[in-house]
Amino acid sequence: MTVRIYVSRDAAAQALGADETAAALQVAAAAKGTSITLTRVGSRGMVWLEPLVEVEDATGQRIAYGPVTADDVPGLVQAGLFDAAPHPLRLGRVEDMPWFAQQERLTFARVGVIDPVSVDDYVAHGGFAGLQRALGMTGAEIVHEVLESGLRGRGGAAFPTGIKWRTVLEQHSPQKYVVCNADEGDSGTFSDRMLMEGDPLCLVEGMTIAGLAVGATKGFIYLRCEYPHAGHALREAIEAARTRGYLGPDVCGSGRVFDLEVRMGAGAYICGEETALLESLEGKRAEVRYRPPLPAIKGLFGEPTVINNVISLASVPIILERGAAYYRDFGMGRSRGTLPIQLAGNLKRGGLVEKAFGVTLRELLYDFGGGSASGRPIRAVQVGGPLGAYLPESQFDTPLDYEAFTAIGALVGHGGIVAFDDTVDMARMARYAMEFCAVESCGKCTPCRIGSTRGVEVIDRILQGVEQQANLAQLTDLCETMQHGSLCGLGGMTPFPVMSAVKHFPGDFSRDR
Amino acid sequence: MAATELDNDSTLERILAEHAGMQCPLLPILHAVQDTVGHISAEHVARIAKALNLSRAEVHGVVSFYHYFRQHEPGHHVVQVCRAEACQAMHCETTEQHAKRELGVDYGGTSADGLFTLEAAYCLGNCAAGPTVMVDEKLYGRVTPARLAAILAEWRNR
Repeated sequence: MTVRIYVSRDAAAQALGADETAAALQVAAAAKGTSITLTRVGSRGMVWLEPLVEVEDATGQRIAYGPVTADDVPGLVQAGLFDAAPHPLRLGRVEDMPWFAQQERLTFARVGVIDPVSVDDYVAHGGFAGLQRALGMTGAEIVHEVLESGLRGRGGAAFPTGIKWRTVLEQHSPQKYVVCNADEGDSGTFSDRMLMEGDPLCLVEGMTIAGLAVGATKGFIYLRCEYPHAGHALREAIEAARTRGYLGPDVCGSGRVFDLEVRMGAGAYICGEETALLESLEGKRAEVRYRPPLPAIKGLFGEPTVINNVISLASVPIILERGAAYYRDFGMGRSRGTLPIQLAGNLKRGGLVEKAFGVTLRELLYDFGGGSASGRPIRAVQVGGPLGAYLPESQFDTPLDYEAFTAIGALVGHGGIVAFDDTVDMARMARYAMEFCAVESCGKCTPCRIGSTRGVEVIDRILQGVEQQANLAQLTDLCETMQHGSLCGLGGMTPFPVMSAVKHFPGDFSRDR
Repeated sequence: MAATELDNDSTLERILAEHAGMQCPLLPILHAVQDTVGHISAEHVARIAKALNLSRAEVHGVVSFYHYFRQHEPGHHVVQVCRAEACQAMHCETTEQHAKRELGVDYGGTSADGLFTLEAAYCLGNCAAGPTVMVDEKLYGRVTPARLAAILAEWRNR
């Protein structure tokens, strides 16, 4: 009998030794004379338990063990790993673990479960059902379904996806494009990466549906070059889909054309801004464009272009498969559906939690995250990447909801949550926000290009204890200019982390160092 | 990335030929050149510009805009240390200091033995298990100074 074993190929699992664990399992199985089939899957999202090993028992259940380093393997095998026997590292079924069972996994339903680049596996787990339904619908009907689902852009701007698509559908142009923004540069975010590594065909399907909806025949995935593993998985998945007729000149025998190409970025945070990304795709310096015109009207190569984040596009297949109402019934207020939330930084149980909107920060930090990894009190969290506000403990009961976050001067963004313990110096974090903006500014507008450098200088004076009150006033003034005078969100939102740190942690800006 | 390929005319000609017919091929060409020879020289810039009917200034402008593109030959391996917020929350500054001290360089520099080029990264996407370091395409999580020393020793012995 062959024993089925699953080990993650996700970059985060590899960073903790999953490749070495997989190799050790092969060696141990050969030595023991046990026949095994080892499948490399995506990650279940429990990063603190990686490398996670799942073994299929006699009843076909997948029993998890973790974290399993290569050094643990001989002992585990001796204890009966291949029979799913008891062991201190044995966790039971992932689906029964509270951390996992309390999630609502819609977009991430297959991640960590299937072989990411196997079309058969994908189809066996409901893949391409959304595409099949879309093939029987008109473009307007598909757009209506997405609009009705309430899906809003998961990249951070939260603009209704259906409205974007409708605008592109209404343009009369022989050539339109679908562009996937996979330039996930925000610190504390990795859901795009996990999805692309763990279920790339879901993104392929979502983009194909977008193409059918708006009448585009070509799609580009703009992937940041810091994600080589995701690049390998995407290229393999696209090739597999093409071979099986899900991409190409005759999508599923429908006569419709749609194909995909992966393009690599080159280490520029600004490419997460959609117009800078389009400039980059066109082979230019990634300088932000003036708007209007919107990309939906004049986008890539001057043609109407749907440009969406990875998670927005990967949420489309389930909306088409189950219908708009199914997706819309999750969530709160005007934030419908689920959000893949990334727990990062100083947390005991970091990883990916997909929940309906409405879960509070406190639940995420303590119930899921288990508190700080260092064991010290959590003093601040930054939500939504380097342009997101720093929130103090008094705001931890805020529910994850676009409007609730806007109301407290914060943003949900791409759903990344970075926790800091009480050793953090918030004035230094404010300085870093300005420094990051200076490094990554595209240089087109003055408030961002010059303002960020002046911001570093002003905060340096505050850190040195030089005329702190006068320099704080100067910093406030500078932030107002950046916020209102910048061309895009980089310069316009860098004031969020800076001023929230000043507001909620004033002591860090007035003490002597 | 053999240095002998550096001035080999046919390498660049082959890369240009492979990208003929592609829409806006400049970034893919620059990636291919850097992947093959390790960096993009002024000579490469001039020849790419000619082939794509662009000015040298336009191509140089693109090469110098993106942090990833390199104009000088790097060490045998590139060590990227993440210094974004999630890694800072796990005190990556001690890992950064160790990297700079052990390699004897600041960011952008190459160790005297020519083995390692040290670079700062702004998020490597491993934010739940920081501090994070990447050597070439190999990612490492929870990199304390001691673990970094072991990782560098392992790469030295490869």
